[in-house]
Amino acid sequence: MTLDRARDGAATTLDAQTRRDFPILDRTVNGRRLVYLDSAASSQKPRAVIEAMARYYETSHANVHRSIHTLGEEATELYEIARERVQRFIGAAGREEIVFTRGTTDAISIVAEAIGRTLKAGDEILVTDMEHHSNLVPWQVAVRDRGAKIRSVPLIGEGTLDLAAADRLLTDRTRVFAFAHVSNVLGTINPVAELVARARRMGALTLVDGAQAVPHLPLDMFALGCDFYAFSAHKMLGPTGLGVLYGRRPVLEALEPARGGSEMIKEVWVDRATWNDLPWRLEPGTPPIAETVGLTAAIEYLEKLGMERVREHEQALAVHTVELLSAIPGVRVFGPRRERGAVVSFAIDGWHPHDVAAALDAEGIAVRAGHHCAQPLMRWCGVVGTSRASFSVYNSLEEAALLAHAVASLGGAP
Amino acid sequence: MSGLTRPALYSDAIRERWRRPRFRGELPGATATAEDVNPLCGDRVRMQLKVDDGRVSAARFAGDSCAICTASADVVAELIEGRSRVEAAAVGAGDVLSVLQADVRPTRMRCVTLPISVLAKALA
Repeated sequence: MTLDRARDGAATTLDAQTRRDFPILDRTVNGRRLVYLDSAASSQKPRAVIEAMARYYETSHANVHRSIHTLGEEATELYEIARERVQRFIGAAGREEIVFTRGTTDAISIVAEAIGRTLKAGDEILVTDMEHHSNLVPWQVAVRDRGAKIRSVPLIGEGTLDLAAADRLLTDRTRVFAFAHVSNVLGTINPVAELVARARRMGALTLVDGAQAVPHLPLDMFALGCDFYAFSAHKMLGPTGLGVLYGRRPVLEALEPARGGSEMIKEVWVDRATWNDLPWRLEPGTPPIAETVGLTAAIEYLEKLGMERVREHEQALAVHTVELLSAIPGVRVFGPRRERGAVVSFAIDGWHPHDVAAALDAEGIAVRAGHHCAQPLMRWCGVVGTSRASFSVYNSLEEAALLAHAVASLGGAP
Repeated sequence: MSGLTRPALYSDAIRERWRRPRFRGELPGATATAEDVNPLCGDRVRMQLKVDDGRVSAARFAGDSCAICTASADVVAELIEGRSRVEAAAVGAGDVLSVLQADVRPTRMRCVTLPISVLAKALA
């Protein structure tokens, strides 16, 4: 049993080990100890991240790259160290493949804007029915006025991609196949390497939305093989306002920047400019510097725990929560039963998800409610929204039980 | 944490109107219909009005929405029935909250105001 394995093994020790590193978890909400089950929206931050950013501002802050003074050199060094840490963490081949962005949405938009300029009538962008709005709307903007179309891979069964349909939809018209690594609603883990291989056979580029995968799974860009991979720092114990776009070097090289500004140039005239080298070519303007320092600390924290262990802990929590909630009459749980990411979405008869979230908040339990920025997927589920519990390294089996107990005692209606 | 000891999540008025709304349903012969969604949560409310000689003779609502939003829509429909167009257009969040006898947190105020903005569209 998952629970037994979790109790005997590493899973119970992980939250016991990490919990005291997250100061916010000491607070109470509505008179109860906070049970934070909304890490898929944004994770909490360990003291190491908070202190690293404060230390940076207290000792080393200046603008990066062109400041010929000590602080500028220190800031630049810290900024570029963060890039190397990210490269190593996700198994990228080179640091020039790591572009800092404002977040996952921004990372996807950088690609969509650049490729959008090259789309021709008849071209297609392939997405899936489980995408976050962040991996839909940038593509909708990209195809607009270019005669290109968006197509989407439907879902089957418990909420997995219809691979046969994907094969039919991937054609020589497909320019990009953009899909989530892990669904932010269903927890479905998509077979990235397999999807990438199928797309490549048709000559399509692949972009993977990794926002819900990077905080939870060991990653290796080489093994996944995708052309682009996007994620956010704030969902992986790091700060808000920072994201990463990974791109395979030859693909990034071919990407004509759609955004201009300082930092991304070599030489500028009033009417033209030449581009800087990768990755700076895709980083116009002053970047979020302290945030990259925080991301370095977050990565070091996760690496110390070990991503295999993180994965095992969170998978055990998610599967256990699925089992507990499924056993409650009137509760419907969405997504795969066993192999899943660190999110569990559910619906309760007679209860709107917002009212569920409000009732749980009264017990000090923070869950997310609504469409989770995945309205096409909500339509597939046949609901307006769901309630969603999501987990990180600091959550415990006891918290999953508290959630289930609170849900079970809600009653028939608000 | 038993269900017996926990204070009610919402006011009696909100709970009553969520469980047994009085103005939910279709309005045959409606002269004005409007619909909108709350972008935060995807809730959808539709209001149907019958306006005769500048007076709202009947109002009904439909939609997928939470308890607060449903109760608000129910109250809005009740408050405007029999009122002139001008009086109906003047209904605001304060009027709804006083009927619901509820303090609503800022994060849920959109749930209260969605039916009011849908009403404004229907009256426009």
